[in-house]
Amino acid sequence: MQQFLTTALTGLTQGMIYAAFALALVLIWRSTRIVNFAQAPMAMITVYIALVIIDAGYSYWLGFAAALLSGLLLGAVVERVAIRPVEDKPHINAVILTLGLFIVIHALAAVIFGSNYRSFPAPFGLSGFRVGDVNVALTGFSVFTILAVLAVMLLLVLLFRFTNVGLMMRASAFNQEVARLLGVRVTRMLTQGWALAAMVGSLSGLLIAGGNLVHPSYMDSVVVFGFVAAVLGGLDSPIGAVVGGLILGVSLSFVSGYIGSEVIALAALVILMVVLLLRPGGLFSHAPARRV
Amino acid sequence: MTAFAQRIWASTLGRHLLLAGLGLVAVALVLENTSAFRNGQFAVMAYMGIAAGGLTVLTGLNGQLSLGHGAFMAIGAYTTALLLDDYESAPPLILVLLAATAVALVIGAGVGVAAARLHGPYIAGATLALAIAVPGIALYFQGTLGGEQGLTVVVPDVPNWFADAAYFITANDVSSSKYVAYIGWFSLIVSYVLLANLSRSRVGRIWRAVRDDDVAAEIAGINLGRARVLAFVVSTACAGLAGAVLALAVRLAAPSGFMLTLSLALLSAVVLGGLGSLLGALIGAALLTFLPQVVTSIGLDAGLTDLQAAELAPLVYGLTTMLVVILAPAGIVGTARAARRRRRSHP
Repeated sequence: MQQFLTTALTGLTQGMIYAAFALALVLIWRSTRIVNFAQAPMAMITVYIALVIIDAGYSYWLGFAAALLSGLLLGAVVERVAIRPVEDKPHINAVILTLGLFIVIHALAAVIFGSNYRSFPAPFGLSGFRVGDVNVALTGFSVFTILAVLAVMLLLVLLFRFTNVGLMMRASAFNQEVARLLGVRVTRMLTQGWALAAMVGSLSGLLIAGGNLVHPSYMDSVVVFGFVAAVLGGLDSPIGAVVGGLILGVSLSFVSGYIGSEVIALAALVILMVVLLLRPGGLFSHAPARRV
Repeated sequence: MTAFAQRIWASTLGRHLLLAGLGLVAVALVLENTSAFRNGQFAVMAYMGIAAGGLTVLTGLNGQLSLGHGAFMAIGAYTTALLLDDYESAPPLILVLLAATAVALVIGAGVGVAAARLHGPYIAGATLALAIAVPGIALYFQGTLGGEQGLTVVVPDVPNWFADAAYFITANDVSSSKYVAYIGWFSLIVSYVLLANLSRSRVGRIWRAVRDDDVAAEIAGINLGRARVLAFVVSTACAGLAGAVLALAVRLAAPSGFMLTLSLALLSAVVLGGLGSLLGALIGAALLTFLPQVVTSIGLDAGLTDLQAAELAPLVYGLTTMLVVILAPAGIVGTARAARRRRRSHP
């Protein structure tokens, strides 16, 4: 029972992180119809920026803020410089481009920061709370993780529902041509969308790194988990991404706890295949429509 | 004589066999006149070329993207390592190569059936998951697959008939690394002839039709699923063969050799050379093999440490991949062909 509870709680925390990462993928997919496979290394390199600041003796929160800010900036720059030229090209070009970006950022991080493992600090305790005699697997940092992701989701909902910018971003995601006719600067909205998504990606990178080891490929498997979570939710729905992330986090945690941590990527692959074969549109799909 | 040559050149099979023969002569000339170190590098180029050839057919002709070819190379390499485990009673090498190809083919068929129903980013994501997942299997079955250390591969002795024939023709002794290089290039030439014939045949035309417009292809009576699965299977069989040659050349099958970077490197080789072109795949493989050495030595001269300089090569080919996609999506071969065509039409 104790192990069951521990596994479930760990899974919930991991699931929140996958949800944040999936949310970042969904934001970009909705606005530009591109799955940004370079999201993982983009988040990774901003976490390194935070690490450099923290190692230089500044506070954790300064590094945290710097990582989020550089994520915002990196997302905007990537969209402007790399993605803009292939936006109206065949689909495969954009996918290959993000993979090229994946290789580039990966190598860049290894050249600049070295490819050895470095430990990343956590701002809160890493041992579980005690309730009576039972050690609950909910650490201070995992509470912070859950709250941080919830806060980001709330802010995104507020942004998209209640602000002018959010409305314009939704309009340009819905129909670029009509939005442009109505006076929305669609290209600027796309850049903002990428920036926002990259920032959410950086947040998930920071949350995974907290109390763990960081190296240039530490986010590689997360891009797969985030993608699986996003597909579970249908790739188009932010709520779906969050639910998908939670489902995936808990299931992978059980696989890791009862079978072995080596096979969690395999389990993710199996889940992805089952979902794609049974409900290709995700768990929340309505009427499937495909333009030809 | 020229009429005869022209007749051979006019038939697809004849042209491909002629080119294959010339290729074999060129390979022998190069391998006999280079050092053992270079022979090893040529073996690397051979297995990269085989895998890239399979991938370029899948992506260029059929329009499916696979980020999981590293995983199929791992399957081929582990099959080879397991079959060659017993030095005394190991089966003949040709059977080992065929077995590695067949195992990758069967698993590829399983994945292909699922992947054929996917399109766009879904297939990229699914094969990406495959590339991440497969090294974990080797870790999970530590007993048979050797865990993190992997399996060492025992390369069988050079057979006497091969050594005699090689001595008769070239008057050089055949070292083990040269033998492996010959095996690699022989496999490459055989697989390229098969791929080239396939792409010129009915099957290749069906693949192109599916790539260009799947609805139109289906109306024309093409079974989309079957065409996609077939392309995937052919491509993974090549990756399995490449994995077998890799196991022989590196003498090790370990999870660290099949990380995501391998699959991404293959993809960038194919994009650089030009999607759909076997010559392009070979050029891409050559770049992947010989570029790192050059770039790393430049990096070392510039004062970087060994580890940092080793990362310069992926940096360069990643950047080149991005530039090619943005500026010249047809790749090296495609751009060169387009330029030649332009020159011909406007003399």
